[in-house]
Amino acid sequence: MQNSAVIKKTHFDTVFDIVTTVLLVLALLIVLYPMYFVIIASVSDATSIASGKVILLPRNISFVGYQRIFQDARIWSGYKNSFIYTISSALIGVTLTSMAGYAFSRDDLYGRRVLLTIYLFTMYFGGGLVPTFLVVKSIGLMGSPLAVILMGSVSVYNIIIARSFFTSNIPKELYEAASIDGCGNGRFFIQIVVPLSKAILAVLALYYAVGQWNGYFNALIYLNKEAYFPLQLVLREILIGATGTISADITDVDAIQEMQRIAATIKYGVIVVASVPMLALYPFVQKYFVKGVMIGSVKG
Amino acid sequence: MSESGLRKRSPWNQFKRSVRRNWVLYLFILPTFVYLVIFHYWPLYGVQIAFRNFKPAKGIWGSDWVGLKHFRKFLGSYYVKDLFRNTIVLSVYQLLASFPFPILLAILLNYCVSNKLRKVTQMVTYAPYFISTVVLVGMLMVFLANDGIFNQILGKLGLGPIAFLSDAGKFRHIYVWSHIWQRTGYNAVIYIAALAGVDPSLHEAAIVDGANKAQRAWHIDIPSILPTAIILLIMSTGNILSVGFEKVYLMQNDLNQNVSEIISTYVYKVGLLNAQYSLSTAIGLFNNIINVAILLTVNKIADKLSGTSLL
Repeated sequence: MQNSAVIKKTHFDTVFDIVTTVLLVLALLIVLYPMYFVIIASVSDATSIASGKVILLPRNISFVGYQRIFQDARIWSGYKNSFIYTISSALIGVTLTSMAGYAFSRDDLYGRRVLLTIYLFTMYFGGGLVPTFLVVKSIGLMGSPLAVILMGSVSVYNIIIARSFFTSNIPKELYEAASIDGCGNGRFFIQIVVPLSKAILAVLALYYAVGQWNGYFNALIYLNKEAYFPLQLVLREILIGATGTISADITDVDAIQEMQRIAATIKYGVIVVASVPMLALYPFVQKYFVKGVMIGSVKG
Repeated sequence: MSESGLRKRSPWNQFKRSVRRNWVLYLFILPTFVYLVIFHYWPLYGVQIAFRNFKPAKGIWGSDWVGLKHFRKFLGSYYVKDLFRNTIVLSVYQLLASFPFPILLAILLNYCVSNKLRKVTQMVTYAPYFISTVVLVGMLMVFLANDGIFNQILGKLGLGPIAFLSDAGKFRHIYVWSHIWQRTGYNAVIYIAALAGVDPSLHEAAIVDGANKAQRAWHIDIPSILPTAIILLIMSTGNILSVGFEKVYLMQNDLNQNVSEIISTYVYKVGLLNAQYSLSTAIGLFNNIINVAILLTVNKIADKLSGTSLL
């Protein structure tokens, strides 16, 4: 009797293990395949893609799509702008957010509750699109990249995340001890808090960078010159715009036909080119990112 | 000093004292405070144009006060029902359909027999979070086109081509299931952590009692992450009317307009493309008020259920 119970149990568990493994492999493939397909399609020739020959491996490998992409001035300018906006937002965002988050973590800050309420209120209630648009206009930031950078650099949600981190990781006694030794708030923050908080600073930088690199809303609303467009707005035209072709200034008929033929390849290439920076960054910061999700989930 | 200990200080004096002692901390807060005043509180003051016939040339105060005219116009219009229905159906569908997958993934990962498979799956399922909305919608468009990979695979299976993009009836499914594809790995992280926190002695006791893995998952793991799951679910119902603008706007075309026009895209079109500033502000304000009302209600329910207020 006992023996058969053990056998039954292990038998059940074997089935369970097989089912789990199969489901996990399935989940893995469902997520992986579309990304994999984009990569193989971006280096295959257009005819093979259109005729459905590119399923598991690239066919007739050609880099003509990438050549066209790197010849396109709009892509380069979008790339350059996105890099500038992303790095600025990450730097400004991390600096301002960690400063505010630290100040809010200190319980000897008189008026903390009132100030915090003023901050939290903005998360739930705002003026909305048009009133914000009118303010940006009246302070002269319309059409300026500064509007896009600034609006991607302050997030109350991130301030709260930073605050929870500082509250639980920087003991009160540490500041008391330091202040007895004559260390002021500014020096304490720079020399003690910042070195102890690299994890949260990395998380904040990543949040701001991902938000700025991937977002297009602010650029759509506040920018009007193509020279300032970030990559996402350029991509929008190439991937989703009506023409689907890359350079608008080609007049030669053969060239237009050629363009249309490789338009699909170009789209796949553009997807790769646009996603590489964030995906390349991700393995390095993955450890911190998981931590950030955890801190974010226990806010409040 | 000894006197001040006895006398009760006024808040203002206490504040002044705190500023003198910790002026650096107030300085730390200043930049974000100024930012919020300019970009959040100043627009809040401008929200009064919802009650006026705002003309940019006349300024806010110079424009005529019309009371609730724009609200009446919006609520009396033929499209108001469609806007609310589209917004609510889209977000409720997404909320419910995407709810179980992160939990399932977390449990599968927790019971994975191979360490390598667990690491690879976690890393890969997480990656789409970093793909931008524009790229995601671009991928959908090339994949789901009539000659895209989806229809090619369907063709190989002997199934006819499906017009994914021009069929309005498929808009919601594409929107929601691409969201599930993109976010399941990311949303699973919190459950993975919750599972790691389950008391191992519960599992040991269950093993001694002869429970198999499926029984342990069902009777120990799921009940222990259920509170987290329910809180997250309740919390997200607070955002039912604030479906993101970015993805819907990109996925819109003339053919799916009747199901894809939601409040945020409409506010954008009326306000910035047609320059009907007051009407757009009124719609936005109305939406925001309902949203806050839902949020407060939900918060109260969560408070009663779990004892922890979310706000």
